[in-house]
Amino acid sequence: MEAVRGKSVYGGVAIGRAWVYDKGDSTVKRQHINDTAKEIERFEAAKETAKEQLKNLYEKALKEVGEVNAQIFEVHQMMLDDMDYVESITHMIENQNVNAEYSVAVTSDNFSEMFAAMDDDYMRARAADIKDISNRLINVLQGKEDGGISGNEPVVIIADDLAPSETVQLDKSKVLAFVTRHGSTNSHTAILARTMNIPALIGVDYPEDIDGKNVIVDGYGGELHIEPDEILLDKFRQIKEEDAGKQKLLMELKGKEDVTKSGKRIKLYANIGGVSDVVSVLKNDGSGIGLFRSEFLYLGRDNYPTEEEQFQAYKSVAENMAGKKVIIRTLDIGADKKADYFGFDAEENPAMGYRAIRICLKQPDIFKTQLRAIYRASHYGNIAIMYPMIISLSEVKKIREIVNEVKAELDSQQIPYGEVEQGIMIETPAAVMISDILAKEVDFFSIGTNDLTQYTLAIDRQNPHLDDIYDSHHEAVLRMIKMTIENGHKENCWVGICGELGADTSLTEEFIKMGIDELSVTPSAILKVRDKIRKCE
Amino acid sequence: MRELNYVITDPQGMHARPAGLFVKEAAACKCTVKISKDGKEVDAKRILGVMSLGIKQGQEITVKFDGEDEEQACEKIKTFLEANL
Repeated sequence: MEAVRGKSVYGGVAIGRAWVYDKGDSTVKRQHINDTAKEIERFEAAKETAKEQLKNLYEKALKEVGEVNAQIFEVHQMMLDDMDYVESITHMIENQNVNAEYSVAVTSDNFSEMFAAMDDDYMRARAADIKDISNRLINVLQGKEDGGISGNEPVVIIADDLAPSETVQLDKSKVLAFVTRHGSTNSHTAILARTMNIPALIGVDYPEDIDGKNVIVDGYGGELHIEPDEILLDKFRQIKEEDAGKQKLLMELKGKEDVTKSGKRIKLYANIGGVSDVVSVLKNDGSGIGLFRSEFLYLGRDNYPTEEEQFQAYKSVAENMAGKKVIIRTLDIGADKKADYFGFDAEENPAMGYRAIRICLKQPDIFKTQLRAIYRASHYGNIAIMYPMIISLSEVKKIREIVNEVKAELDSQQIPYGEVEQGIMIETPAAVMISDILAKEVDFFSIGTNDLTQYTLAIDRQNPHLDDIYDSHHEAVLRMIKMTIENGHKENCWVGICGELGADTSLTEEFIKMGIDELSVTPSAILKVRDKIRKCE
Repeated sequence: MRELNYVITDPQGMHARPAGLFVKEAAACKCTVKISKDGKEVDAKRILGVMSLGIKQGQEITVKFDGEDEEQACEKIKTFLEANL
């Protein structure tokens, strides 16, 4: 029995088996082999198994993310069959009398170095593909399970840190909790944990041999208990049961209206990060989607999503929400969310750098593709658009020009589209200060409190050393919100909050007093906020 | 022997997916198929070799066919390149 302290980023308790997220760098020992023919046979068999795994992954991806994204698994299969690669491995086994694992590892290094040395960013990134297929082979040779979460039993994910592209690939139904060594309160893992309503700890210096051990993740006390005894297990089972009871009470609020005691109606919407999240919005009775993060379409892949792919995703969400409002936020990439194919330069200060609407206005082709897809989808439901990281009136005017071009194109092609409400994110102090001017130009404001806090307080939200002074209840932030609401209302522009503060029930009453019209929260917080709204005056 | 010159127009160049599709087409030919760029020649039926050429937009590639079905193979690859790259 052992306990390690960390910092909790989301409450709750999870009990289960620890599963260490392996970035795939297996250690391999060089061994002398006498029967090289048999070793080559072993390699060939492993190659077939690896190809079989990739075939299954391809089928899975085909259903989940479409053909274009699934093709990478086909390319991986071809790489495994590449004669240059295969011959390099078999020659090593034959001529140097070494084991297959070692030959694969050396070949992998040679080929990935070749790609890493190329003068093309995109090709340099292919070094990762070589490593990926080689690790797959080595895992098969060593009898390890395939990269995904093995078995059917849900597990506690343990990792150094998780990148957005890595969490995208996890089968969410098998995740009980997250425990990471690095990361901050505002990292993606933390946000994901809140969305999934599961406990998460960061800054946990877990022991190396934790894999497979039984653990308790205490999201209230911020502790990870390794191989707990029965007494401790009983204590935490009880806490879990109490939580489930509270959750059940909340479910009784389903179907109730989001109105205060004095009769003010609040639009209580949900934040989602992908098509599959719609299920939990409906399950938790969200009356719309206040923030549909479109980045998921761009991340974890190696080329821009096509108009058709995007159209299908937006259409599917609009149709599933059946006439309820769906607010799509246009591409908010850059800063901490990156995709190689964009070819971004490394930045000293990415949060203030080339990101979001700045990219869209400089590279209008990317922007137009997305706008066309959104407008086409608007024919199938109640869609609104909002634009992130606005700082000036000229940006809003430029956006309108581009939107008008897109609409004119669709008109000339006789492609139908609906009325699309236009909104902007208020997440920079600049936008707050000129919100009286901006309000004349748009239908709604949505306040992104995470970035607004970061920019107002000049605190990098990725920096764990600053977590203790990152105070989203800071008077300056609250005044910014109040000013935005007042300026919006003067011009008949409705105002919502879609950042983490929207779900902070200690502020709900204050927001309602300020006159907020909409709160958009993570799906699992909808009922909690509804409960609060109904108790407010 | 047949030879085909082609200038890549796809802004992404011949990256992983199109390279994979290209190699698939080449592998289906009975004749030998070689692809070269700037004097470096590789077997067009081997994906890592093709990818190692790092073919980008605006660059010219030469594809050589040698063997019994070289005529049809050349036509087929030409159609493929025009449609995809």
